[in-house]
Amino acid sequence: MAAIPERVHLTYLVNGEEVPVSFAPYKTLLEVLREDLNLTGTKHGCELGECGACAVLIDGEPKLSCLTLALECGGRSIQTVEGLAQGTTLHPLQAAFADHGGSQCGYCTPGMLMTAKALLDGNPNVSREQIKQAISGNLCRCTGYQQIVDAIESAAAEMRGARK
Amino acid sequence: MMRLPWFDYRAPRSIAEAAKILAGEGPQAMLIAGGTDLLPNMKRRHQTPKVLVSLKGIPELKKVSNGSGIVFGSGLTLSEILNIEKTPTALRQATAQIATAHLRNMGTLGGNLCLDTRCTYYNQNYEWRKAIDFCLKKDGATCWVATASKRCVAVSSTDTAPALIALNASVVLTGSSGEREIPVDALYRNDGIEYLSRRPDEILTAIKIPQKNFKSTYWKLRRRGSFDFPILGVAVALRFSSGNIIQDARVALGAVASRPFLVEKASEYLKGKALSDDVIAEACAMIASRAKPMDNTDMDLYWRKEVADDFAGYALRELRGDDMRAMRMRIARQELTG
Repeated sequence: MAAIPERVHLTYLVNGEEVPVSFAPYKTLLEVLREDLNLTGTKHGCELGECGACAVLIDGEPKLSCLTLALECGGRSIQTVEGLAQGTTLHPLQAAFADHGGSQCGYCTPGMLMTAKALLDGNPNVSREQIKQAISGNLCRCTGYQQIVDAIESAAAEMRGARK
Repeated sequence: MMRLPWFDYRAPRSIAEAAKILAGEGPQAMLIAGGTDLLPNMKRRHQTPKVLVSLKGIPELKKVSNGSGIVFGSGLTLSEILNIEKTPTALRQATAQIATAHLRNMGTLGGNLCLDTRCTYYNQNYEWRKAIDFCLKKDGATCWVATASKRCVAVSSTDTAPALIALNASVVLTGSSGEREIPVDALYRNDGIEYLSRRPDEILTAIKIPQKNFKSTYWKLRRRGSFDFPILGVAVALRFSSGNIIQDARVALGAVASRPFLVEKASEYLKGKALSDDVIAEACAMIASRAKPMDNTDMDLYWRKEVADDFAGYALRELRGDDMRAMRMRIARQELTG
């Protein structure tokens, strides 16, 4: 049996940019993003898959980085909250979260934003019920769900307009 | 912060290669597919495998094939199962109610079938478990649910298994020395520790659902409509003749024992009958009498036992053609009817 390597060397596509990474093989994607790539926007919540605070997009799908082995992400596209704004221009979702008070303590916000982004990238023509179902895996400890759903609805309307 | 323990990692490219690695490494190796069940357990030190054998890179496990029935590769994610048009209703409803959208994008059908059993004294972090001197399932000698019990009573918490048992499905287990096909209910044993009849060197590679023209349904009890493990699952599959007489019936229960199981008596009783209110009431009583939940999951034990009768009724009335959409929406927050 091959000995366990001290470090794994891979390349990720993080927010559209090819990034070489080097990390201990037991690490989760969440740990590598925060500790080895200094992308601390993605949050540690329960670390057991129950809260959605660590949600990122892997090849466009919302997944939990706390339950993803970092060594299984070589060559994959990983989108985090840091990649949402274009320079100083906020993503429509970020602007809508600010306008509607969709962020209270802010801890669930990165996970909420990325989950909502995946939903609206697929189809911005969504009902309120579909929004609620899409974010049902994202826990808001401040319980500010109404404003979050309002914000996603408003961003969806804006993104529909932009597509026309 | 909970870190994963160290492990060696292998990424075979075929089922044969995976089976060979598994046979070579022995019980110190564990399979990982989506990782949504295993990784939290590894973080809490329930399982500390020396070697993880990943099934992610095996294209054969992602196959879907149609013939006289439908065959799903065990590596299909739960989201992928939902996107397949031919997925039978009970399996679709069960799958849609597993965990959350994020976890369904990760977890697989094979993984849900092999889901570790759950218990309030087991699904805790290492320090918590150490403080009660551990439990029978892991590192301890006493079952804290039933202290006189010699058997671990942790609960089977898979949603897809009862649905697949009702649909008369089977699973294919592949080892280094060949493969075998067994009915889904034979995959399970009523023991919270040794809950699978899968041998350590076998991989659950495929799920076969025969074409039976069943009308099927799955009803799940949980605290939150959005996201929770089942504390009761009722799956029913019926085939009707032209005169609405039941030709074939299969009723299965989940989350009320250490294994999901077929309720033979109620299944036999329903055959040859039409679903009158009286027949439904009689069948529900038979189904509920088999629900023997233990006090080791969420919600009140006695209420959970009582409600089995109601849930069996929802399932049978829905299959009779009653409009159960409002009830399903209230309980499952889901519009899915098929």
